[in-house]
Amino acid sequence: MVGNRQADLSQATRYAGAIDCDLHPAVPGMSALMPYLDDYWREMVSVRALDRLNLNLTSYPQNAPLSCRPDWTLDQGRKPGSSLEAMQAHVLNSCQSRYGILNCLYGAQVFHSEDMAAAFCRATNDWLRDEWLNRDSRLRASITIAAHNTELAVAEIERRADDFRFVQVLMLVSGEMTLGRRQLWPIYQLAERLGLAIGIHAGSAYRYAPTAAGWPSYYVEDYIAQSCAFESQLQSMISEGVFAKFPNLKVVAIESGLTWLSGFVWRADKTWKGLRAEVPWVTRAPSEIIRNHVRFTVQPIDAADEREAILRLTDHLKSDKLFLFSTDYPHWQFDGDVALPDGLPDPLFRNILSENALATYPRMAKADHALEVAE
Amino acid sequence: MMARHIVATVDEIAPGQRRLVSVNGREIGIFNVDGEFFAVGNRCPHEGASLCKGRLVGLVEASEPGSYQYSRRGELIRCPWHGWEFDLRTGKSWCEPDRTKVRSYELKVEPGGALVEGELRAETFPVSIEKQYIVVEV
Amino acid sequence: MSTIEMDRSQSAKHKLRVIDCDIHPAMTSWTEVHPYLEKQWIDHLSVYGSHLRHAFSEALSHPRMSPDAARIDAYPDEGGPPGSSLELMRKQHLDPNGVQVGMLIPLRWNPGSQRNLDFGAALTRAMNTWQVERWVKQEPRLRASVLVAQEDTEAAVKEIDARGGDPNFTQILILPRTDEPLGRRRYWPIYEAAVRNNLPITVHVGGTNGHPSTGGGWPSYYMEEHHSVAQTMQAVLTSLVFEGVFERFPKLRVVIMEGGLGWIPSLSARMDKHWSRLRSEVPHLKRPPSEYVREQVWFSTQPMEEPGSAAELIDLFDRIGWDRLLFSTDYPHWDFDDPRYAFKANLSEAQRDQLLYGNSRNFYGLG
Ligand code: FES
Repeated sequence: MVGNRQADLSQATRYAGAIDCDLHPAVPGMSALMPYLDDYWREMVSVRALDRLNLNLTSYPQNAPLSCRPDWTLDQGRKPGSSLEAMQAHVLNSCQSRYGILNCLYGAQVFHSEDMAAAFCRATNDWLRDEWLNRDSRLRASITIAAHNTELAVAEIERRADDFRFVQVLMLVSGEMTLGRRQLWPIYQLAERLGLAIGIHAGSAYRYAPTAAGWPSYYVEDYIAQSCAFESQLQSMISEGVFAKFPNLKVVAIESGLTWLSGFVWRADKTWKGLRAEVPWVTRAPSEIIRNHVRFTVQPIDAADEREAILRLTDHLKSDKLFLFSTDYPHWQFDGDVALPDGLPDPLFRNILSENALATYPRMAKADHALEVAE
Repeated sequence: MMARHIVATVDEIAPGQRRLVSVNGREIGIFNVDGEFFAVGNRCPHEGASLCKGRLVGLVEASEPGSYQYSRRGELIRCPWHGWEFDLRTGKSWCEPDRTKVRSYELKVEPGGALVEGELRAETFPVSIEKQYIVVEV
Repeated sequence: MSTIEMDRSQSAKHKLRVIDCDIHPAMTSWTEVHPYLEKQWIDHLSVYGSHLRHAFSEALSHPRMSPDAARIDAYPDEGGPPGSSLELMRKQHLDPNGVQVGMLIPLRWNPGSQRNLDFGAALTRAMNTWQVERWVKQEPRLRASVLVAQEDTEAAVKEIDARGGDPNFTQILILPRTDEPLGRRRYWPIYEAAVRNNLPITVHVGGTNGHPSTGGGWPSYYMEEHHSVAQTMQAVLTSLVFEGVFERFPKLRVVIMEGGLGWIPSLSARMDKHWSRLRSEVPHLKRPPSEYVREQVWFSTQPMEEPGSAAELIDLFDRIGWDRLLFSTDYPHWDFDDPRYAFKANLSEAQRDQLLYGNSRNFYGLG
């Protein structure tokens, strides 16, 4: 941990009890998943040498400055985020976090083969359980699914239903198709029933160009384009009526950049007033639907003045319940301990730090009881 | 001071049709929906389009996504520009019923006989006893 | 909450003076273009029609909620589509709205998206002449835009140079859904020609390239499709910045037309933030992205943002820069903005005049 003791202490007090809604544990390599694959897939791994594949997502090149904060790198070339001890030291302990949610961005969910993708998602989730959840009672996790086969995705979610440490279903913002589409609804139906949030994380399966203008040249452009993908996914879920159909569903936009939200709700509300007859199940303004159903992790905050940006958004969206504390560990979104800007008033600060997350993830605290019983 | 004004005869506005009239400098749209008459202000409260130029539409609702319930054929006017819908019975917009509305006017259909007796303003109308008149309170 | 009432008397006080950067002229019949199109291409058009990366050659697969995407009060009595009658355009728009100058943005046939490059280039030549003959010569308030077939760079440059000296043209028109993002180097000769001819590049919503209309895939509804154009514009602007187009062509001026405004401050901040992390990938950028935007990019105003309060709108204009905003109506399209009522804020006379008139006069060097 970089920084002197003094700084660490002040950070600890400031964020004590935080719920960190975006932590990225890294699968060190396919070999870590081998114990969780069945005989067929184990043989395929060896026959096809799948263990030699590097499944780092193009959305997060391992050595790109954004993918790991300089003081959060690991020695001996180990993947950033692959060590629980480091994660504890770097964020969980230093923030005195109450809970942290693991969003694993290993590439399992992007294989074109539905069966292969489902097998590796299942293994990833098992590995998360054994190597992370079982080793730190503060940790919670998102269920990695391959959404291109709804049946297999639903089965994977069912498999985790009784383990309350899984609090969310994880989907990429640019996956197979727009996320409101009816073929995905069995996933939302089950999530709603089990009290799981749907977490939409930045990242693309690159099934199509990242923008309607085509394929950009640079990584930085791809990354910037993700906030627009978030806009389109919210517009899709609203327009298709996902929230009309599943009134208790919560969606969390993870690593979306935040400040695009103002322009989004202005345009979405205005468009709805003229076009609502096309989608008559949308009976409330998109801004209101977002207030009721959608939450956003705070890092990164796309603004020069982050404090001003959060206050402005709170004002524009007329809610202090929208944002969830996150460090995006080990991604490099902020330096030192300013995961949240100074000078946010209460109760906004407390809401962001933990209250909003508790309301968004009803399973999170339930798991404490389950653990006590098990012990 | 509210006063009653004769704005048209019933047979001048066929079902499904509308007519723009001006009363005391106010533009008012008179609509005939299946024989029932409605009067609403002509200027859209959004950016001022002439609602009389809009399309009469039904009420579209949905109990859930993909299930379209259609009712009240022709009882809403859809603004010719940005498509906001206004309920002819109340003047309220569909999306913001309490905040965005057009004025809706009291309208009665009355026989000429009754009108000749009363004190009605019909500057432009020679009233004849045989006809039915549209009377708007402004 | 108070009821919004449309106050005519207050607005009547303002004598309008407007430059409208976005007017869509239409053809009464497609044969109007015959005098300007070679026989080969007239035949081609009759036999094969438009050949795009799109399921319908002349229709949209997200049909609009109004026919022809138009105001439904904009149909000429004599027949023909909205935007095809100069007389109605005068009567309904140019005269009552105080339009001093109106810029034509023809969209028919999407020449820049034609997969047959020769056909696309022929269409641009024909439609450029058509704009002058059918519109500008008949109505001195109107100006034409140089349509180019951007996928055939050589043809595009030729057309720009051919029209560059003609004062009837005020800008070069490209629709943003190009084969590749507009910053890519294949398009740079077009920017060079724009600078050489001192014409801005105007990127107006539209085009079709086979890519889904959002970064999340194909949307189902027009409501989503309509929303997505603001995202496409963000992609275009990002591309122009990060490819180094503004760095390489410091005199290039770009207008983002009909893309909305609400996203501009957040995109600028997002570009700056992630550039500061990832700048080693794009060493050709010498300055923070927002600076290029602030200096070389302008934005048309329609469809005007309608935030929750007037203060939010003013705050938005402050952050974009009042001098960057060029008024446009999009006549005769359904999302038309009326110069009297589009801005839901109490603007001073000076601010109003700057937005409706002054900025465009300066930008286009008119009068
Ligand atoms: S003017 Fe009527 S909806 Fe905009």
